[in-house]
Amino acid sequence: MQEAAESFAIRVRDLVVGFSHHVVIDHLALDVRRGEILGLVGASGGGKSVLMRTIIGLIPRQGGEIEVMGSPINHDRATRAAAGRWGILFQQGALFSSLTVRQNIQFPLRENLELSDALMDEIATAKLEMVGLKAEDGDKFPSELSGGMTKRVALARALALDPAIVFLDEPTSGLDPIAAGDFDALIKTLQKTLGLTVFMVTHDLASLNTVCDRVAALADGKIVAIGPMRELLQSEHPWVRAYFHGKRSQMLQPKAS
Amino acid sequence: MATAPLLTATSSGDALELRPAGSWTASNAATLERLSNDIAPQLDRAAAIKLDMAGVRELDTLGAWLLEKLSRRATSAGHRADIVGIADNYTGLIDEVRQVNRRTPAPAPARNAVVAKLGDIGRATIDAREDVAAFLQMLGALCIAILGILRRPRSLRLTSLTYQLYRVGWQAIPIVVLITFLIGAIIAQQGIFHFRKFGADSYVVDMVGILVLRELGVLIVAIMVAGRSGSAYTAELGSMKMREEIDALSTMGLDPVEVLMLPRILALICALPILSFIGALAALYGGGLVAWFYGGMGPAIFLARLHEAVSVTHFEVGIIKAPFMALVIGIVACSEGLRVKGSAESLGKQTTTSVVKSIFLVIVLDGLFAVFFASIGM
Repeated sequence: MQEAAESFAIRVRDLVVGFSHHVVIDHLALDVRRGEILGLVGASGGGKSVLMRTIIGLIPRQGGEIEVMGSPINHDRATRAAAGRWGILFQQGALFSSLTVRQNIQFPLRENLELSDALMDEIATAKLEMVGLKAEDGDKFPSELSGGMTKRVALARALALDPAIVFLDEPTSGLDPIAAGDFDALIKTLQKTLGLTVFMVTHDLASLNTVCDRVAALADGKIVAIGPMRELLQSEHPWVRAYFHGKRSQMLQPKAS
Repeated sequence: MATAPLLTATSSGDALELRPAGSWTASNAATLERLSNDIAPQLDRAAAIKLDMAGVRELDTLGAWLLEKLSRRATSAGHRADIVGIADNYTGLIDEVRQVNRRTPAPAPARNAVVAKLGDIGRATIDAREDVAAFLQMLGALCIAILGILRRPRSLRLTSLTYQLYRVGWQAIPIVVLITFLIGAIIAQQGIFHFRKFGADSYVVDMVGILVLRELGVLIVAIMVAGRSGSAYTAELGSMKMREEIDALSTMGLDPVEVLMLPRILALICALPILSFIGALAALYGGGLVAWFYGGMGPAIFLARLHEAVSVTHFEVGIIKAPFMALVIGIVACSEGLRVKGSAESLGKQTTTSVVKSIFLVIVLDGLFAVFFASIGM
């Protein structure tokens, strides 16, 4: 199935990443279509975060090619300058602890655009409300936020420049099932309204099931299976079978008695 | 794909038709803000607004919000505003933006400057009281930990104590020696230069000896230790507090004071007298060298004069102060470390406070000791 090049948001070809003799990503190929939510699963320590960080240019690669929105990504200054094209939600939020929530959201705006302070405040409040927080929350400091609020603020900051792609690193980890469900719904809504491409690293089977259009499984440094959730459930790869049909995943299914 | 944004306004009668076109995205932010600000006065004059979005090629939150702001401005003035020609893929975004910024939070009430100033002074006073309380609390906790150690000597963490002693004692020697050597040399040089006018060169030895042994040696070393080791203690304990390591210790039934603070403070109390002694030697050595090469006073004469000028009392007065200064530095460093809150900024602030406060207290303590020793005739 050959698709036109411009229908892909991210194209990764033959990627090799390793740290001193230890190869983490081994000749990996991955395509992310525009406007889809792709979930990436893999063993803990199996290189999911390494793959994500390599795509955004934080980790140098040893070989292969990466294209994001049609432009090649290298571990250099030009890539960093283009960072406005994507937003990243780090696992712990990575909010700047000395700035208020509003200043955190305004930070990318302030650094990249020339706007009046009044408009910047309005945009920050708009983003806050879009991720389901109140305007009053803007004056809080990151240390005063709960886990769920931190994730929402981090998402608002990731969306500050209206990027075409957002990378989410375990967005629902550490949230209770209700908050995680709300967050999933939020991602889905924002993806629809803003037309985002979402690249999501997650272990949350529920989010894989509900929000992801496609799921990619990373094992042994390669993508061993990719497709909609029901296709992955049919996969014969031993690791994928163990992941989706293990005891823990079975617990989620209602007993058939 | 991105094209320059445009905003054309055509008025027919008292109706105004706005036609935004091009890319209304964040990359054109400055142009967009100017465009929408320029058009704003015309809005107030028109009775009805029609916003035709058919020409918009790209739209993001920023652009949508600016357009929404225009239509909101018209409606709030009591005019009619219609938005037409929205492309299908942007309807969701426009609807979303309509919801936001509806409720402006009440601005914080402005406070009287005088009242605010008085409030700040009051708060600072209360904070100062808390500082004293925190200091005393740490001192008390330390005493209890020491009593515990005396009852069960095996609960003393020897490994930790040795490691801390290595860090704050052994590793500090080179810099302490260098600085005190230089200070001793500078005092001797200044002394020789000025005393020479009165033909009293030889009294330089008295000055250097007494000054270094009684006051300067221990004071300089204490200040350096406060800056070098006190700050490290605060930063370590502060980041352990931030990462809940201290809470983890308590939940395992261990006393953080006994495990973390006692070895650190004991190490300081052991190290500071030793460092002061070494520092005093280095300062005398520096003074002696300067006296020899700059003042022309040979080592034999210097030593003989030093023997006459200083007595063991001078040395005792200096060295007795060292453990107390170490205790103050340690307690301040540890209690400031425990006051670190969640943010990186707070860690920096508390570390600064720790160094400033311990240097201040060390100098105050030195003054109190001076009064004490004078009154008991030492």
